[in-house]
Amino acid sequence: MNTLTQENQVSMDGSLQDDHNHDDGHHAPPSGIMRWLLTTNHKDIGTLYLWFSFIMFLTGGLMAMVIRAELFQPGLQLVDPNFFNQMTTVHGLVMVFGAVMPAFTGLANWMIPMMIGAPDMALPRMNNWSFWILPFAFIILLSSLFMEGGGPNFGWTFYAPLSTEYSPDSTALFVFSIHIMGISSIMGAINVIVTVINMRAPGMTWMKLPLFAWTWLITAFLLIAVMPVLAGAVTMVLTDKYFGTSFFEAAGGGDPVMFQHIFWFFGHPEVYIMILPSFGIMSAIIPTFSRKKLFGYSSMVYATASIAILSFLVWAHHMFTTGMPVFAELFFMYCTMLISVPTGVKIFNWVATMWKGSLTFETPMLFAISFLVLFTIGGFSGLMLAITPADFQYHDTYFVVAHFHYVLVTGAIFTIMAAVYYWIPKWTGHMYNERLGKLHFWCSVISVNILFFPMHFLGLAGMPRRIPDYAIQFADVNQIVSIGGFAFGLSQLIFLVVVIKCIRGGEKAPAKPWEGAEGLEWEIPSPAPYHSFTTPPVIK
Amino acid sequence: MFGFGFALVPLYDVLCDQLGINGKTQNSASQYIDNEIDKSRLITVEFISQVQNNMPWEFIPQVNRLQVHPGELVRTHFKAKNLSNLNIVGQAIPSVSPGRGAAYFNKTECFCFNQQTLAAKSSADLPLIFYVDPALPDNISTLTLSYTLYNITDKGYVDVLEQGAAK
Amino acid sequence: MKQLWCGALALLMTPAILATEMPLNMTEGVTDISSRVYHLHMTILYICCAIGLVVFGIMFYSMIYHRKSKGAVAANFHESTKVEILWTIIPFVILIGMAIPATTTLIAMEDTNDAALTIKVTGSQWKWHYSYFDQGVEFYSLLSTPRDQIEGDAPKGEYYLLEVDRPLVVPIGRKVRFLVTSDDVIHSWWVPAFAIKKDANPGFINETWTHIDKPGIYRGQCAELCGKDHGFMPIVVEALPEAEFEAWLASQQQQASLDVLEAEASLAVTLEIEELMLQGEQVYLTYCAACHQPNGMGLPGAFPAMKDSPIVTGDISAHLEMVINGKPGTAMQAFNKQLTPQEIAAVVTYERNAWGNDTGDIIQAIDVNQHGQ
Repeated sequence: MNTLTQENQVSMDGSLQDDHNHDDGHHAPPSGIMRWLLTTNHKDIGTLYLWFSFIMFLTGGLMAMVIRAELFQPGLQLVDPNFFNQMTTVHGLVMVFGAVMPAFTGLANWMIPMMIGAPDMALPRMNNWSFWILPFAFIILLSSLFMEGGGPNFGWTFYAPLSTEYSPDSTALFVFSIHIMGISSIMGAINVIVTVINMRAPGMTWMKLPLFAWTWLITAFLLIAVMPVLAGAVTMVLTDKYFGTSFFEAAGGGDPVMFQHIFWFFGHPEVYIMILPSFGIMSAIIPTFSRKKLFGYSSMVYATASIAILSFLVWAHHMFTTGMPVFAELFFMYCTMLISVPTGVKIFNWVATMWKGSLTFETPMLFAISFLVLFTIGGFSGLMLAITPADFQYHDTYFVVAHFHYVLVTGAIFTIMAAVYYWIPKWTGHMYNERLGKLHFWCSVISVNILFFPMHFLGLAGMPRRIPDYAIQFADVNQIVSIGGFAFGLSQLIFLVVVIKCIRGGEKAPAKPWEGAEGLEWEIPSPAPYHSFTTPPVIK
Repeated sequence: MFGFGFALVPLYDVLCDQLGINGKTQNSASQYIDNEIDKSRLITVEFISQVQNNMPWEFIPQVNRLQVHPGELVRTHFKAKNLSNLNIVGQAIPSVSPGRGAAYFNKTECFCFNQQTLAAKSSADLPLIFYVDPALPDNISTLTLSYTLYNITDKGYVDVLEQGAAK
Repeated sequence: MKQLWCGALALLMTPAILATEMPLNMTEGVTDISSRVYHLHMTILYICCAIGLVVFGIMFYSMIYHRKSKGAVAANFHESTKVEILWTIIPFVILIGMAIPATTTLIAMEDTNDAALTIKVTGSQWKWHYSYFDQGVEFYSLLSTPRDQIEGDAPKGEYYLLEVDRPLVVPIGRKVRFLVTSDDVIHSWWVPAFAIKKDANPGFINETWTHIDKPGIYRGQCAELCGKDHGFMPIVVEALPEAEFEAWLASQQQQASLDVLEAEASLAVTLEIEELMLQGEQVYLTYCAACHQPNGMGLPGAFPAMKDSPIVTGDISAHLEMVINGKPGTAMQAFNKQLTPQEIAAVVTYERNAWGNDTGDIIQAIDVNQHGQ
């Protein structure tokens, strides 16, 4: 087995140096657990990332179920407020760092080499590392929940001094796990950048690059720019809590509001890290099922880049109530409003792609269309939140909760699911069960709206977020929301069934299962061979 | 970028100083320049004191508010009393509202520049000498100066001054 | 739709839920600013709806008429610089239209000059403290919803979780300025009817203001996660006509001097243990139970238990020191600022004799007053 892996790696390195004569198609990967532990293959690692993110999605989902069960009716029934706060905190952390980000990295691992005509990712051993440190990060984070005093309970935004002087003893574990997650993300990002820059097939110029690779490339730069800032923030929390510094403590000359500036300097680009790859997926799926080329390819690229640049100039719109001077509030309001221009361009381009196409509605397209509608709703509420005077009323209410769940669940997670349906024939060599897929879609899209749409009303009526109990006027709507939540959670089990069935068997998938699909990934057989392109394809 | 995360700390302090983002005043004495006193304007300066919840001190301003002309050097003091039977080290943290006014509020002497130690059951008058910069923007007519007193007996903080310098 | 859901869920619902109507939109509030904010919100909402209608309309049109099953053949176009520039510029113009009213409203909101009354608002875990700057009146404002309502042992009242023991009282028709700060972590003082939400930052001071037009009782909540009982620190503001407000203020000032006298008188009184226990339990449930729990068991790792605690069952003076002066670096506050000597005596007696602590110690107000002297 050892020798096999050795050989395997040699061949990777071989292909790195453009040595395409090396014949490495004859050996199969090692089997058993060691295949997964030692793998340097982009497809294996992609699979690991995707399964990991799905497990985390269910874990974070269970925490959401606890939250929704407690909020099913007013009064304290199931959990005490301290545990409730731990649930909201860890739910957020697990979903952001455990579900959405690894899922995108998994998709990047699987698809980017195939899309750009490369044999593998550029840095395969680092790829292995960047995945395998991730489970440990989450074991540390989740185990802190079982410590005396409980896990992190200060919200996923861990505002100081709640996360420093007033936090539970497990905070060091939280900090450590965030560090590991950050390192993992950065390694993944470096890999994507090196791969996309160096390993494109001859003739694949920048303006021929598939948009998924484009958006991921920009995302990767964002990751490298901001994850270290997050690491800095958690390190300062650590030293403030345990080593007597006072970055964020007024008593020692610090400023708690500075924490929020540093956190959101990371936090806002992070939002785009979680949505830009979605834009790339959308730009692959919509043209396929419209049987028409993507409208405005180049403006899509420019829009993505300008969103990424603007994302560094808007962080303080999360902090309008902290007491900033008027000129700062105005500056951040204008910049935030400005972001809706390139985002709008993207939406219009997708609609224009569908216009006068020849549309069919397979499951990936259904998810993509629901993204288009629901993400736009999230965008609208985002624009409303940007208006500073109105934000004073929306801030820290369920209106905000509704907003970011619309962009993250029906935005990021819906496109991840669309991507899985879209590319799973390539991964497994089988078609998924279309009926079950559609069932999953309809269950999800209906329940997700029952879950999140009424939250807008809760917020406007004045219900703050992160509270375990609420005034009785909010009871009816919370009950509806909770029902939607349970339904949405259960619907995801259908997804699990579809995926497992598809891996196990099903109708054989041709190399290009979608009539209108374009791109190099469809030129190799399904399932994709262990090494994608050992000879670079010819780009017309 | 990791270093940049930390670089944001002094960067933020500089921005705050320049733009008055968080209402922090300077933490070292400023020189009183013999300004022309602007007799045509009267600025209301309000004093607010706040003692951290778990600190057994009484801490109140001598007066709640003063009317001052910009450029005029004014002296006032805060009364502090240690109610407990332990020696306690306190540190007062100043904050000015509106934040933009902080840059125009100059202290030539302030108890907040140093840690204050009060022996058990003792009391002291803590002096504050300041002037308001005549360049104060016209739309500010009231400056509120708040001092929050922190119990730093067990914290072993180095003096805020030194720390500010270290940063 | 709502009725249908409620009907289907009748079995799951507890009878405790009252049919209080929840407003489905932002409140218009009772100040000029809040009404401007409301109209701004509605304007932006309508613009968003209009854009949504157009975009989704086009999308659904093409979903219906350009589907393959209807024999649609894909067109060939895939770019048009003209169109793309157009739909970059139009949103930009719309945004400028939104930014203008937003800017004027914001500038008006931040003008705190020339206030007639200044009130300092201090958040702490988990209560609000109000102090009238020139009037010498100050008090704490705590949640007054009984615990049995929260735990479901009693039917919930109309203002469940939105009621306090002492509301903030303000006059109408005058500009009231709030100076907001905090004692421990960050809180946020939010009253939707005034469109005020301002963070309370420890060590820093924030300013905001309101000018209320209509007398009434307005309710809000803490809006920034501030620890365990973040959901249990409501804000209640009672807006009174000028004359009534002045009368209220006078009565408060009078009450304050009476309280001083009463506290002095209490020093001479010796109470029986039953009386102290009864009063102590009340004080404990209001001030201590949030952390140390009604059963005295605390929360392991976060808040120490009272039952069998070495401090509670040990030296009385150490126990008094803890309650009177608090413990720096923890959530334990100095309660001599919040409670009278009489109340401290009662709660300490209660703690030393409840939950099987049975020390038999009795503490009187005079002991509290003489502590440390």
